Amino acid sequence: MTPRARMLLCSAIRHIVLHAGALVMLTPFIWMVSTASKPQTEIFSSDLHLIPYHFALWDNLRIAFAKADLWRYLLNGLIVTTSIFGLQVLVALPAAYALSKLRFLGRDVLFALVVFCILIPPQATAIPVFLLLHKLGVLDSYAALVLPFTISVFGIFLMRQFFKTVPDDLIDAARMDGISEFGIVWRVMLPTAIPAVTAFGIFSVVAHWNDYFWPLIVLNSEHLQTPPLAVAHFRNNEAGANYGPLMAAAMVIIAPLVIAFLFAQRRFIEGITLTGIK
Amino acid sequence: MAPRVPARVFASFRRTGRSQAAYALAAPAFVLMLLMLIGPLAGVIALSFTDYQLGAPAFSWIGLSNYREMFADRVFWISLKNTLTYVAIVVPGAVALGLGVALLIQSGAGLKSWYRTVYFLPVMATLIAMAIVWEFMLHPQFGLVNGLLRAAGLQGHSWLQDRGTALYSLCVIGIWQATGFNMVLFLAGLVSIPKHLYDAAEIDGAEGAWSRFRLVTWPMLGPVTLFVVAISAIRSFQVFDTVQVLTKGGPSKSSEVLIYTMYTEGFEFFRSGYGAAVTVVFLAFVLLLTLLKSALGNREVHYA
Amino acid sequence: MAEIEIRALRKAFDGAEVLKGVDLTIHDGEFISLVGPSGCGKSTLLRVIAGLEPQSSGEVRIDGASADGVRPSARNLAMVFQSYALYPHLSVFDNIAVPLRMKRLSALERAPFVGRLMPGRRRAERVIRDDVERVAAQLEISPLLKRKPGQLSGGQRQRVAVGRAIVRQPRAFLFDEPLSNLDAKLRVHMRAEIAQLHRQLKTTFIYVTHDQAEAMTMSGRIAVMIGGELIQAGAPAAVYEDPCDIRVAEFVGTPKINAFPGRIRSDGRLETLGHVLHMATPAPEGECRICVRPERIELASQGLLSGTVVHLENLGSEAFVHIGSAGTDAPVVARVNDPSQVPAIGATVGYGFAPEAVRAFDVDGKRIATSIPSRVERPREMAVV
Repeated sequence: MTPRARMLLCSAIRHIVLHAGALVMLTPFIWMVSTASKPQTEIFSSDLHLIPYHFALWDNLRIAFAKADLWRYLLNGLIVTTSIFGLQVLVALPAAYALSKLRFLGRDVLFALVVFCILIPPQATAIPVFLLLHKLGVLDSYAALVLPFTISVFGIFLMRQFFKTVPDDLIDAARMDGISEFGIVWRVMLPTAIPAVTAFGIFSVVAHWNDYFWPLIVLNSEHLQTPPLAVAHFRNNEAGANYGPLMAAAMVIIAPLVIAFLFAQRRFIEGITLTGIK
Repeated sequence: MAPRVPARVFASFRRTGRSQAAYALAAPAFVLMLLMLIGPLAGVIALSFTDYQLGAPAFSWIGLSNYREMFADRVFWISLKNTLTYVAIVVPGAVALGLGVALLIQSGAGLKSWYRTVYFLPVMATLIAMAIVWEFMLHPQFGLVNGLLRAAGLQGHSWLQDRGTALYSLCVIGIWQATGFNMVLFLAGLVSIPKHLYDAAEIDGAEGAWSRFRLVTWPMLGPVTLFVVAISAIRSFQVFDTVQVLTKGGPSKSSEVLIYTMYTEGFEFFRSGYGAAVTVVFLAFVLLLTLLKSALGNREVHYA
Repeated sequence: MAEIEIRALRKAFDGAEVLKGVDLTIHDGEFISLVGPSGCGKSTLLRVIAGLEPQSSGEVRIDGASADGVRPSARNLAMVFQSYALYPHLSVFDNIAVPLRMKRLSALERAPFVGRLMPGRRRAERVIRDDVERVAAQLEISPLLKRKPGQLSGGQRQRVAVGRAIVRQPRAFLFDEPLSNLDAKLRVHMRAEIAQLHRQLKTTFIYVTHDQAEAMTMSGRIAVMIGGELIQAGAPAAVYEDPCDIRVAEFVGTPKINAFPGRIRSDGRLETLGHVLHMATPAPEGECRICVRPERIELASQGLLSGTVVHLENLGSEAFVHIGSAGTDAPVVARVNDPSQVPAIGATVGYGFAPEAVRAFDVDGKRIATSIPSRVERPREMAVV
């Protein structure tokens, strides 16, 4: 076999294997869309087919939106994730600046604490934090969803590492220009840290949009439900009966992130794999 | 004539000014850290030595009773065994597949970005929603899986309803979800292997793909691999969403896992003390893995 | 031991042509440097010779046999990389042993665990050990054999990389800028070592560098590449004295050769800056460049050409005087062998050069043949302008 033929063969095998794997990866998505597009009768038939005979996606979506206030849940997801991210930045950025660029007594201890806290898995503190929120009387509210996550030690760590690379001269120049330490954080450090903040933002939003554990614990009221909770709730109410609308609802819930991901996949992959550092 | 102030005094004055600013900047983070992380961590350990129940007017210290009860409880052992089984299946599965996919993607030039996107999609998509899709795919009667099996002339199965297969079905979902994440970490590792090492290997006579893999890729990927294994293990230990929504630990505890046990004890029966004891066991495992990871992570190959 | 012939070699990456038809014969046992500014294609040429890159067209012949489709290791050439390319996870011993193990052990013998059980493995390993230790002794790195590359200094890594190349007794050595990661002092030392190594091994050395001083001091022959073309190959002194192209003249030698705007008159004489030179050329009338090396510029109190001193570089043992003068784009640089004799900045100086010092090039940069008419016409002067 000539080297060229060998190369073509290798390339063909690569594409075949990877496409087979890709098909497995995509199957749930494909089946979700397919089922969401089928009328009830086609779903409950033992005859497997991908393309529906009657295209019922709009009907299923209509039923899903009628049975559950999906807009409301998407809005809840948006409110919760953006509040969490905003507060995380508000808390983490000044701390990261102090830890990376200022000298003060106890700085190393504080940083050691930050690193230690990164090791704590979120489920571990669930019971005491739940009790704390119970004492504060804020269970079953947006506050209960947001408050525990306002502190992101991982965010502090990440920003501190980034700020370390910012030259001291830039900060000294800002001081010479009369900007206060507080002003430096927002007017000098934040603009230089936009790429890192973006990556962290994607990480944070994806993690909390998809989070199921914590909303499940602290929420009772239906109108506060976040998207994952809503879709699980939908399923429990419709148990085994109404797969078309259920799949349509699932589609709606994953759509915002999946669409955003498809548009900016490089940034998303970068952001989400930040957990790799964790 | 005004006394001359030594320059040092100015310097230290300036320093105090700045360190006050530093305390002010770090304070919110520090307070929240105590309130939401360190306090609760200490709290969960303390709680595990009490009989506290949510809503109870008082509690008392009961020493190791929770632990004694837990270690005597069959369900706890089943839960621990199931968690370890889940980890033992998902970690090798998702790591090997992630590595394989990354190697295949990196071995050629075409469609890289397409493959990366497709394999990463499950990481992005809300797991709960996708778990429900899986549930329907695994539906005994109308599911895709059994449908395909029947088409191939094989017997279908009640995957999630059978105590023999429920946990393994969850493992499959776990692997499906984690592979893309590991793939991306491996891809980053592969890209950072210096190209000239492959040139040197070629010159030195490592001609086949396997020789090159043995001589360069695998050793250079060593630190990344250990790291990916540790991360996957930590994430698998935290398995909860699929269990809660698909099996509720059943049938007959066959898919009960640690976090789910903690959830039911702590938040359904409100036995906070007992739930805390289960959490402590979970915490011990995760911290062990984390320490292992940081120990191994620092052993990266140094090369200039 | 190998003669390497390169015939009409072309290489293009994504349509961009990096090598535009290179012809070069490298003689058995010679030390040749491929030198040129970065991006000139010299490294690509080396990689094509090594077999790491396939050529787009043309041919590489090693000892008369075409190397097309021959795998790099089968060409039996050794290569020392700029970054050394040592396997970071292997000890120095194992690094040097890699090419031997790959060549002498079968895939089965190299396999983990089972390999150790294979009958021939033990004996082969013993021979490999002897070979590695011999090379290590030769390069004086025996005490380092157990260390990992990360624990070595730059110079030591360099030697290990050389050791890995020597141990297999290749037909030729390829060096890809091997000294560019070393500090200046060590670099000079390693130059001498590599030259010494060549005298010892008497094998073909092909040495790629962007540092013309390195090429000039080490090799028997240099091949100057610019813009994907091999412009000139020859002994260092010959290339320096007799550049065939203005780009070669400018690349070889520091400081850069001085270039004066010139003209070829209709009577075949050259002129520059309004002076007619005492030299003739058969080339047709037109623009040209008159080039003179700094050491051939002579300063005189009353000038034939004159200008103002704009900058001085006193190196202690010698000095360079930069003279700004009307009609030249860049200051004219002259070497003064006795730094105590340099004029002050701002002083007006005269300067000139002998006709033998002139290298003339046409508008395309090609060398113009020149001759010096018989001396009877004019009395000999220090500088003839």
